[in-house]
Amino acid sequence: MNIRFTLNGKAMDLDAAADRRVVDLLREDLGLTGAKEGCGAGECGTCSILVDGEHRLSCLMIAAQLSGRDVVTIEGLSEKDRLHPLQESFIRHGAVQCGFCTPGMIIGAAALLKRNPQPSREEIREGLAGNLCRCTGYQKIVDAVEAALLPEEKL
Amino acid sequence: MRQVRLPQTLADLWSLLNKDPTALIFSGGTDLFVKMRADKVAASTMIGLERLAALRDIREDNGDIRIGACATHENILRHPLIAAHLPVLVQALRTLGSPPIRTMGTIGGNICTASPAGDTLPPLYVLRAEVEIASSKGSRSVPIPDFIAGPGQIRLAAGEIVTGVRVKKPAEFNLHHFEKVGQRKSMSCAVAGMAALLRVTPSGAIEACRLAWGSVGPTVMTDAGIENFLTGKILSPDTLSAAARQVTRMVMPIDDVRATADYRRTVSGNLLLRLSGMENPTIELKRQSPSEGM
Repeated sequence: MNIRFTLNGKAMDLDAAADRRVVDLLREDLGLTGAKEGCGAGECGTCSILVDGEHRLSCLMIAAQLSGRDVVTIEGLSEKDRLHPLQESFIRHGAVQCGFCTPGMIIGAAALLKRNPQPSREEIREGLAGNLCRCTGYQKIVDAVEAALLPEEKL
Repeated sequence: MRQVRLPQTLADLWSLLNKDPTALIFSGGTDLFVKMRADKVAASTMIGLERLAALRDIREDNGDIRIGACATHENILRHPLIAAHLPVLVQALRTLGSPPIRTMGTIGGNICTASPAGDTLPPLYVLRAEVEIASSKGSRSVPIPDFIAGPGQIRLAAGEIVTGVRVKKPAEFNLHHFEKVGQRKSMSCAVAGMAALLRVTPSGAIEACRLAWGSVGPTVMTDAGIENFLTGKILSPDTLSAAARQVTRMVMPIDDVRATADYRRTVSGNLLLRLSGMENPTIELKRQSPSEGM
């Protein structure tokens, strides 16, 4: 079917199987490999994307559902050569080890800050409860999200 | 490749369903797409309800609260009407899945999936929710225990959809409580859960109560005998312990990957003991318990 939507600010008009999983469409058809398939069942959050600004899982969406939506993947979060404040903060705080969860973590954190611009550490933990990390123990991830709230780096 | 339809109006939906009454209907897709990946979905046509604005509404209707089937868990959690009148549902929704699952999944989907572990179900049973059903021919509503027939089994005819759920404001209850025990805090399938509505006097007498347990039987478990036993008694550890012993005999759990049946029986009883810490229910109602993080 023909599907029109916005992807990282660009108008898209493409033909895809209506039931193609969005994670496959992004990675295999469009070459955007930032969103990853971890569990494929909605439990790990590594395939996270923003759809109309909300945190969704691309392994639990199919192509037809993109029609008319505004989709942002990790590739579209930065502005040109300037990293998103969350990306800067993750680098500065060493909130990355193997890196597999990182795109999903940052997308999840961006959605959290959108609905709650001043989260406490506990609220950051709750907000990222759908994103698993097997390396960092989460401490540095929470540090990075918290630091991204500082005035000079404000979203 | 399957056909996927996302009708924008109920009229379009009925015409699609008239053409293909066997089409698979989905809402948030958080359960269905997991099954689809495992090749367990045979349907050749799928109809998604996500674009039907009429099904997303949360509102007061003749003094009742009516939640559209396609209201997401997050929509419901954030709605002032729900926060004001249905703390027991809010408490349960806070334990459901994770933020992205709550953003995608819907209450209608949770009801129709009819999992014994569905987190919205014990609250909906104690709230005596009515499930609203419609087809091109008309509409009807049924009490939720009559709608859910067993694990994954619902009483919905071909051509019908669930349009919403309706509850009376539980104004006569001053203590709302939900607790779920799982293997971890978020993204956790319940090992056992309990929803409770009680009316407790300032001196601690239980004047009315409704209780429902999830994950410990083929459907949500309720027992009028246990509710009657508690009614008229003082909300004390002794009373609750006596009722908890009855609960362990009443529930019908199974052994599975998450827990043994014996463990579930014990936990079901113990969940009731938690109420003994809630002697000041009016404050409890206003101060909703903080949600569980990860």
